[in-house]
Amino acid sequence: MGLKAGLEIHQQLDTKRKLFCNCPTELRSTSESTYEMCRHLQIAESELGEIDRAALEEAQVKRRFIYKGYDTTCLVENDESPPLPLNPEALDIALEVALLLDMVPVDEVHTMRKIVIDGSNTAGFQRTAFVASDGKISTDEGIVHIDTLCLEEEAAQKISEDVGGVVYSLDRLGIPLVEIATKADITTPQQARIVAEHLGMILRSTGKVKRGIGTIRQDINISIAEGARVEIKGVQTLGMIGTIIEREVLRQVNLLKIKDELKRRGAKHVKTEIIDVSDVFASTQCSMIKKALKNNAVLAVKLTSFGGLVGREIQPGRQFWDELSDRAKRFVGRVFHTDELPGYGMTNAEITKLKKKVHAAPDDGIIFVAGERSKANLALNAIIQRANEALEGIPEETRKALEDGNSAYMRPLPGAARMYPETDVLPVPISKELVKKIQRSLPELLHERKERYIREYGLNDELAGLIACSERAPLFERIMTLGVSPTLVVRTLTATISELSKDGVPVQLLTEQHFIGVFELISANKMAKEGIPSLLRALATKPSKTASTTVSELGLETLSKEDIEKLIIEIVESKRDFIKERGTDAVKPLMGLIMEQVRGKVDGELVSTVLKEKIAKAMGEV
Amino acid sequence: MKVGDRVKIKRGNITHTGIVMPSKGDFIVLKLDNGYNIGIKKDAKTFILEKEKKIVPKKTSAPPINPSLPTVSILSTGGTIASKVDYRTGAVTSQFDVEDILRAIPELGEIANFKGEVIYNILSENMRAEYWQTLARAIAAEIEGGADGVMITHGTDTMGYTAAALSFMLITPVPIVLVGSQRSADRPSSDNAMNAVCATKVATSDIAEVTVVMHATMSDDYCLIHRGTRVRKMHTSRRDAFHSINARPIGKVDYATREIETFVEYKKRGEQKLMIKDHIEPKCSLVKFYPGADPSIVDHYAARYKGLVIEGTGLGHVSTEWVPHIEKAVKKGVHIVMTSQCLGGRICDLVYDTGRDLLEAGVIEGGDMLPETALVKLMWILGRTDDPDEVRTLMRKNIAGEISGL
Repeated sequence: MGLKAGLEIHQQLDTKRKLFCNCPTELRSTSESTYEMCRHLQIAESELGEIDRAALEEAQVKRRFIYKGYDTTCLVENDESPPLPLNPEALDIALEVALLLDMVPVDEVHTMRKIVIDGSNTAGFQRTAFVASDGKISTDEGIVHIDTLCLEEEAAQKISEDVGGVVYSLDRLGIPLVEIATKADITTPQQARIVAEHLGMILRSTGKVKRGIGTIRQDINISIAEGARVEIKGVQTLGMIGTIIEREVLRQVNLLKIKDELKRRGAKHVKTEIIDVSDVFASTQCSMIKKALKNNAVLAVKLTSFGGLVGREIQPGRQFWDELSDRAKRFVGRVFHTDELPGYGMTNAEITKLKKKVHAAPDDGIIFVAGERSKANLALNAIIQRANEALEGIPEETRKALEDGNSAYMRPLPGAARMYPETDVLPVPISKELVKKIQRSLPELLHERKERYIREYGLNDELAGLIACSERAPLFERIMTLGVSPTLVVRTLTATISELSKDGVPVQLLTEQHFIGVFELISANKMAKEGIPSLLRALATKPSKTASTTVSELGLETLSKEDIEKLIIEIVESKRDFIKERGTDAVKPLMGLIMEQVRGKVDGELVSTVLKEKIAKAMGEV
Repeated sequence: MKVGDRVKIKRGNITHTGIVMPSKGDFIVLKLDNGYNIGIKKDAKTFILEKEKKIVPKKTSAPPINPSLPTVSILSTGGTIASKVDYRTGAVTSQFDVEDILRAIPELGEIANFKGEVIYNILSENMRAEYWQTLARAIAAEIEGGADGVMITHGTDTMGYTAAALSFMLITPVPIVLVGSQRSADRPSSDNAMNAVCATKVATSDIAEVTVVMHATMSDDYCLIHRGTRVRKMHTSRRDAFHSINARPIGKVDYATREIETFVEYKKRGEQKLMIKDHIEPKCSLVKFYPGADPSIVDHYAARYKGLVIEGTGLGHVSTEWVPHIEKAVKKGVHIVMTSQCLGGRICDLVYDTGRDLLEAGVIEGGDMLPETALVKLMWILGRTDDPDEVRTLMRKNIAGEISGL
């Protein structure tokens, strides 16, 4: 079939400041917004009289954009001030990732403006810089070449959209991210997933990338033989990559079949003849049309030779019709086609009248729309354009991944015409010394680190993987110098912390020094491991305290062996009759009774040993 | 290898292909096929694949004239309301042809018919007093030629000075509007389109004064109409940089509805006959006083200039040391006007001793005039008379809305 796929990974970097200003890279809740502004965007022509096709399409609809700002955003996000120089911290991380991917950095980094006028960038362009090229990674499925690595600013987050405009939040705008694009070397859906996972692992190995939902996004470029390059954006989970590729292949195969069928029928280019058919529906029972007809019109266009093809399925649950109507969605709410009629209260008589009015042959399809004349015209023109593209084959498009693995139209694939230099930012030379310095301190990759933990600390596969990928891996290694149980440390740093967090304990306030203090106490036998959760809970609540003072305040210090023996003897004495009655079966209930008093202060195994010994002795005395 | 050539560059094991861009310094700048520019050290091996292709810019035809709309003359001094971008180099060229302006901002065609002329193509910091005269004459010619309004595109840095100069030089029967953009016209978010639409609205209105029409807020919601003698650029980069100081703006223009709302009295269309009074004496200067400022500064100007505006502290003060130097300069025939670096509020040299000493030394109080407006006004007055009493009277008199009644 000739599948060729490439991946584009966008990963936010965990820098202190944004890429072109000093604002923190912190996400906010829109309820914390402190100001709002509204803007329009328009597109400047190029010297060649050329406008990027993707930008042009956006510009057809004059939309209002509303931006929500915060006390953590500034005039740079507002597009009210020139940017500051490219953040060196972000550039260092981008170079580190590039070197991990075996890429070659450029000698001088130039920041560009990439025209994006959907409002997600206040300036109407996204700042982006080409940092390195020509890398590769080896996966179990073979070598995949990495084409480019770019350092760019994250776009603003879309909050909502309606007729009044699109609302964006400015907190995310300007967070640095790396965009890594592979060559179209990927030939199977499974390989795509493995490559994505591998790239994700390498990015996390730096310890300098953001974690959590929305901090990494995958786009997929797909083409098949005779098909077209299509970019599918916003793939939410790695698990969906395979399905998305399979569904896109299916879509392209079916679109090629439609093209062949149109050819067989001798279809010609659809003419831009838009006809007012309002009179056909003058007394219609279709409520949607009736409502629209009050102030507006019903306009129709004939798609010659498209009859029956419009309703054809191209992906499970999606018809060729969706391809057409996706294009019209930005202009009007609802478009009708004759393949879906009769229905919606429209009668056979009306359909016959409609066909007659536009002089439709049995082989033709008719598209019609009810609404404001200018918008209806734009909608029908967009549909005619898509219908004509079907005669050529498959259009190059940027599409949006849908939850079920299908995709919907977003905009044409942008060309190089949308990129021009950001003259407000000076180019940054990359010295050999800087590259060498970063090369020397490249991090251990997570999968290598996991293997080392298994080898050095005897951890099992699961725990080793858990701690190796955790942000607390360096802390883990520091604690290991104290000579405590690796399993206990991993469980504390992972399971215990997340249980406490679920319980509402502010675990983010715990410092490395707190953890080290706790394990120093364990190492010196000054407390039992059972006391760790209580101690961490107390420390998180009062983070100014140290582990050693808190442990005595909580009375969690280990009891001496003498104290334990004394306590056990007392209990055994008071329960002599019970022991007489139950014999060795008395161990379990008595154990519970004792642990109730000493939990967290003593190792349970020690209690059990001493208790069994004393019970045996007591029974012997009977 | 020349700019515009398509080349292949070898660096170690890899090659880059693209078009050579203009560059300075140690790097070749290459525009790759994906649109990105990169810098490559000049010592890399280069192969020319294709010589530069010359680009022929497309030309468009003029839009039809709509006889039901008024005619606005656009005079350009270098500020941009429409521009084209060379997407290869990033170079921006301002567009002066009416066709190009209308293609860039089609909404303008719904408001007026346009005529266009380039008077200067300079950065506004390169403006000079003599250029104001040329501009005033060009505006007068357009009005005589039947323009219903004149719109001047101007760089924002010194727009306030030019607006003040035109306010003094021209008595006008039609609106004269200065407009510009704070955010470059090569960005889709530029304020140029909205400012131009609102300015055209004012140029076709009945506000027959010299005004500056620029964004009122950070949003693309409405513009303020500032009186040319009261307006000042108060921010380096924000869209709403222009403020009226010590006066209310004349009104506002709503971008969505294009409706004008006025706040104060103004000269109406046709109320006055066109008159040009373009005399100017450029030998005037503006000095800001600061703590410890050397009084010989005054002597320096007294030896070379005919008029001096001082931006004093607070109500209009300089250090006691300066007073005898000022007195000496005034005696020599230099006209000295006091304004305040506070900008807001008026001068009153009767409150403190230093002030009273300054008045005795012969300083003219500048009232609530902006220091820059006072400078332009002094140049304009000295272009006509050197008589101390007349200069004093005129400086204190309201000529173009620049000073409040005393």
